Amino acid sequence: MTENSSLHIPRPSARPGDEPDFSYLALSEAGAVRYPDPCTPAKDIEHLAGDLVRVLDDDGVAQGEWAPEIEPAQLLEALRLMLLTRQLDDRMHRMQRQGKISFYMQSIGEEAISVGQGMVFKPTDMMFPSYRNQALFIQRGTDIVDLMCQCLSNTRDMCKGRQMPIMYHDRKANMFSISGNLATQYPHAVGWAMASAIKGEDHVSSAWIGDGSTAEADFHYALTFAAVYQPPVILNVVNNQWAISTFQGFAGGQRRPFAARGQGLGIPGVRVDGNDLLAVYAVTRWAVERARNCGGPTLIEHVTYRGGAHSTSDDPSRYRPKDEWSAFPLGDPVKRLKQHLIKSGHWSDEQHEALNQELKETVTAAWKEAISYGTMNDAPSLDVRSMFDDVYKEVPERLKRQRQQLLDIKGAKS
Amino acid sequence: MSQMTMIQAINSALDVMLDKDPTVILLGEDIGYFGGVFRCTDGLQKKYGEHRVIDAPIAEGGIIGSAIGIGVNGLRPVAEIQFADYIYPGLDQIISELARLRYRSGGDYFSPVTVRTPCGGGIRGGQTHSQSPEALFTHLSGINTVMPSNPYDAKGLLISAIESDDPVVFFEPKRIYNGPFDGDPDKPALAWSSHPGGDVPEGYYSIPLGEAAVVEEGDDLSIITYGTMVHVAQAAVKKAGISADIIDVRSLVPLDVETLKQSVEKTGRCLVAHEASKFGGYGAELTATVQEECFWHLQAPIERVTGWETPYPHAFEWDYFPGQDRILAGIRNVLEAV
Repeated sequence: MTENSSLHIPRPSARPGDEPDFSYLALSEAGAVRYPDPCTPAKDIEHLAGDLVRVLDDDGVAQGEWAPEIEPAQLLEALRLMLLTRQLDDRMHRMQRQGKISFYMQSIGEEAISVGQGMVFKPTDMMFPSYRNQALFIQRGTDIVDLMCQCLSNTRDMCKGRQMPIMYHDRKANMFSISGNLATQYPHAVGWAMASAIKGEDHVSSAWIGDGSTAEADFHYALTFAAVYQPPVILNVVNNQWAISTFQGFAGGQRRPFAARGQGLGIPGVRVDGNDLLAVYAVTRWAVERARNCGGPTLIEHVTYRGGAHSTSDDPSRYRPKDEWSAFPLGDPVKRLKQHLIKSGHWSDEQHEALNQELKETVTAAWKEAISYGTMNDAPSLDVRSMFDDVYKEVPERLKRQRQQLLDIKGAKS
Repeated sequence: MSQMTMIQAINSALDVMLDKDPTVILLGEDIGYFGGVFRCTDGLQKKYGEHRVIDAPIAEGGIIGSAIGIGVNGLRPVAEIQFADYIYPGLDQIISELARLRYRSGGDYFSPVTVRTPCGGGIRGGQTHSQSPEALFTHLSGINTVMPSNPYDAKGLLISAIESDDPVVFFEPKRIYNGPFDGDPDKPALAWSSHPGGDVPEGYYSIPLGEAAVVEEGDDLSIITYGTMVHVAQAAVKKAGISADIIDVRSLVPLDVETLKQSVEKTGRCLVAHEASKFGGYGAELTATVQEECFWHLQAPIERVTGWETPYPHAFEWDYFPGQDRILAGIRNVLEAV
């Protein structure tokens, strides 16, 4: 066997004990990437999949043609939502550690993606989230008490106790049901947008998956169907550099960016600084304009970093440097938006601290309310009879009998 | 009434539903311009347009996955998987998504997808065009599974499946698409015009899911079967010169337990037949159900006549297929047992 014939095993740039090294990330200067007309043919904007659309520079100043016009009040609201999400994550993570909920997944470091994109979509657009889009639920109006109740599997759980924590949905917010099977929502989003086009409506759909899940067949089915039927769908890859312990190279990201995955099919790809809320907003608005005015899909790669563990079930210090996030060249999305708002004279450190404190109290109050609807161990409890509902539209005779069997056995025991 | 093959009856069901309900759309490989490799969608794209009868890429997981999203957005998709043997890339979408969406979302979301797919052997299809994978689907909670045995049932059941807000996997036994088949490949092919099931109304009608059909009535034993095997069982009973209840299950899920029960309580003897292999097959469920419901009426062990536990072989098709001789041997076992 020669050296050339050996199997290539992708290795991350740094493992525990190593110096963090993000030299593999191709970066563009803020403002450097030109803004093409949203209806530009895909073949003429292939560079957008390799460049990195950035608006905020290192000083927090918006630069270049992609800089969106957003009212300061809207940006302050975005900051509030990102901070609220972070406070929620912190609380729920601690609640899992205390055994109050069985599982949790934080979205720390990725909040700008959900919030920035959420600002673009209309309530009538349909969202197909992944498990790290809690900020998108909040942005679209889901009460954090409802998110907490889902994690608690209590009497107010929208899933009626049927899903593990974080598998939320919200029908009235047009937020689809999260699945534990990865990437399955991608073809759903494409199908939903196909139906929108069949019906002649101008609603768009959007879906999110991580870099790791792009390896799933559903990602490729969705891209093919999106290329074939040109439905109005925005497909997002949240490249947070890490699946659980495998880095993005294990999803095939070492040689070509994820944004380029659609290029062979003629789907435009845009690579965006996922920690820059202004850039995320601008790119999403561009893609939605393209979908609404010229039809067709866009694949957006959000370059970000998973600030926390994958979930409460893994310890990232076992597979990556502890201080890797602090070395990430695109920083922290909350800090960057805060810096921008301070720089533009709309915000201050004092206001920021006061807001954070207020949101902490909001989350505490929400938690108190959520547990009043029950916890996994404390009343009030879900009625076990509901376990047999919603398998089918009507409860079939077999399930009615099984429900009675269960009740008889429970009755005999008590 | 007119004479229809099962293909024409399925085409008629789709035609009726496309006409009746503007939310119905069809999606599948080769189903549009060409009209389907078995012609089940012949002429429908021309009649209803490319937005309602849609040719799909060769990606079964994509067909079922996108159909789910189409259904969530208020349309009523009927997806065709060209052969049941090709359905496996779509299994995750069926098992983890389609079957469970209503449940996992607390009843807030559902997708009324019907998946149509030709199944079964007898067409020289070898191991990739002959399978009967119904047991993979009957095992799931949240999905219904149907397999008709004649044109009349195919149309009525397919219309019910499309109208149902619950997902349905609809198996079409392709050996009997063009005529009933009694298991003897050496006899000249029969036409559906020779069978009462070939009389099919042209307009709308439906047959509810969950109702078995008693195809023949008799006293010596009960034969419980479905699909192509209904016809094989009929021929075998005739050859044996006996009198048997032949029950066509039609709707595997939900299962009409009452009809099975009434029959076996009457005859005291039961044979279960299907093309799929035995171990873990749907016949095991039928057998267990009869045992649970009718144990004290049984005068003999329940017999199962099925395909062998091998892949479906090309060269030995008629040795694999559970034809009349195997049914006759099974009947003897059941009748001769003390």
